[in-house]
Amino acid sequence: MNAGLLAVRGITKHFGGFYALEGVDFDVGEGERVGLIGPNGSGKSTLVNCITGTLSNDDGSILFNGRDLAGLPAHRRIRLGMARSFQIPRPFATMSVLDNLRIPLLYAAHTHGGKWRTDDEAADEAMGILKQMGLEAKADEMSGGLTQVDLRKLELARAIAARPRLLISDEAMAGLSSNEIDEILAILLAMKDMGIAVVMIEHIMRAVMHFSERVAVLVAGRKIADGNPEEVMRNPEVEKAYLGE
Amino acid sequence: MKARWFSLIVFLVAILVAAITTATVTNDYFYTASFTVLQFVILATAWNILGGLTGYVNFGSAAFFSLGAYSSVVLFTLFKAPVFVSIAVGAAVAGLVGLGAGYLTLRLRGVFFAIATLALSEVLYTFVINWDFVGGSRGAYIILPDEAPLGFRNNTQYLFAVMALVTAFAISVARFIEISRLGRGLAAIRDDEIAAECAGIPTLRLKLISTTVSGALMGMSGATFPYFMQYVEPTSSFSLAYSVNSIAMPLIGGMHSWAGPVIGAILLGTVQQYVQVTVSSAWNLLIVGVMLVLFVTLAPNGIMGWVDAWRTRRSRS
Repeated sequence: MNAGLLAVRGITKHFGGFYALEGVDFDVGEGERVGLIGPNGSGKSTLVNCITGTLSNDDGSILFNGRDLAGLPAHRRIRLGMARSFQIPRPFATMSVLDNLRIPLLYAAHTHGGKWRTDDEAADEAMGILKQMGLEAKADEMSGGLTQVDLRKLELARAIAARPRLLISDEAMAGLSSNEIDEILAILLAMKDMGIAVVMIEHIMRAVMHFSERVAVLVAGRKIADGNPEEVMRNPEVEKAYLGE
Repeated sequence: MKARWFSLIVFLVAILVAAITTATVTNDYFYTASFTVLQFVILATAWNILGGLTGYVNFGSAAFFSLGAYSSVVLFTLFKAPVFVSIAVGAAVAGLVGLGAGYLTLRLRGVFFAIATLALSEVLYTFVINWDFVGGSRGAYIILPDEAPLGFRNNTQYLFAVMALVTAFAISVARFIEISRLGRGLAAIRDDEIAAECAGIPTLRLKLISTTVSGALMGMSGATFPYFMQYVEPTSSFSLAYSVNSIAMPLIGGMHSWAGPVIGAILLGTVQQYVQVTVSSAWNLLIVGVMLVLFVTLAPNGIMGWVDAWRTRRSRS
């Protein structure tokens, strides 16, 4: 593992008597590609929500770039350089695709030369990101009317527009066809060139194995394995969690 | 268009309208009717900043209106304050209450937020009724000197001109917010608050700005009211009609731009004034109901939504 970008230590989150996360450690290095897998309800999304500040953790600490995130609201964490996409796409539905990207460019990526972008600068940059995603033809369309695969791309594009150093992609491929999965995969693989570390949460093992330099496995709120993808897959505990005894 | 130019034009139009009417029209009823319409233009514009741009339905517009009205009563009773001072103070008071109420209620969404604002209105109503200094339920008088300031023929015309300027101010503020970075942030909150926060928007701060500005503009609308009527009492100033109209007008005009509430208020306000004289004053709210049903079925995005759709169709064909 290279220099630590994200360091999660002993994070715990419970809803009433139900422990969604129990003492989970999780690290991401600068520019690293990490797969995060686990059965439904194992706490993957809760972990993402705790890291990005949508939920507050009950115990444990989260360090990002060496800075303790305790008590910081979500928008401050995003401004520090992390971004996420949502499992169920949450577009700003009354805005055009381009305007969707303008929001994080205007609000999150503010350290650009120390001052805020103007509306036009934001539009230019947004267009650049859309080209990268193959969405430029739809820039002026209302985001509410996009197809599923375009919505997933928009989620990722909007996350990139926050100019992050860490991107957490929450099941960006669920329910897509094989070709569409390859498209999204190509987008995520290209993050490396932009110096963005990616945490990919996914059920589609083909994509996870192809993508990840390292894989972590969550089961029932605990991390049961973390390491080289092939080794993790051979781990008997992981097999048991996925296939039963 | 640059916000500066837009404001300049709006103010010029307001001054022109005020100058032409005061020079040509002498009928006092015309001024009362127009004043009421302008009052609703401001209320609807203010409501739309929170309701249309940010997506939070305020059902207590009457409370903010009355805060402005009663600020004027207090200031006039104590210092014989001129109307401009009362407008500024009324805006500050209503804005502060908007900020405080926002802080307490903004974690509520949808219908629960609406109920909380309605409750705020009832609490303030009860407070005013039991406050003797402002006349309690008997109401309070503001008796202006016969001489109108600045060479106007009478106070009615003077206050009509003042109201035209306040309206221009409210529209300028609404337009400025709409096209600014702030407006984009508010629209993101309206569309999806969680996604907005995760796009780096400080959602709580923006929502508080929205409630404060919206409340302050409503307060400005209310502050002129006791001067114009020279009398105010709580049952009418806290009337549900203010709250309902403030919602209905943007709905009818269209909620996604500054023009919607203005058009809605002028249309609905004028019809109401007309019917009040020709048929009966009890018909007012019935008209609001009928028009709402009509527009929700025929033009769910209001008149502006209908215009936008027509424009898109035309540009495609």
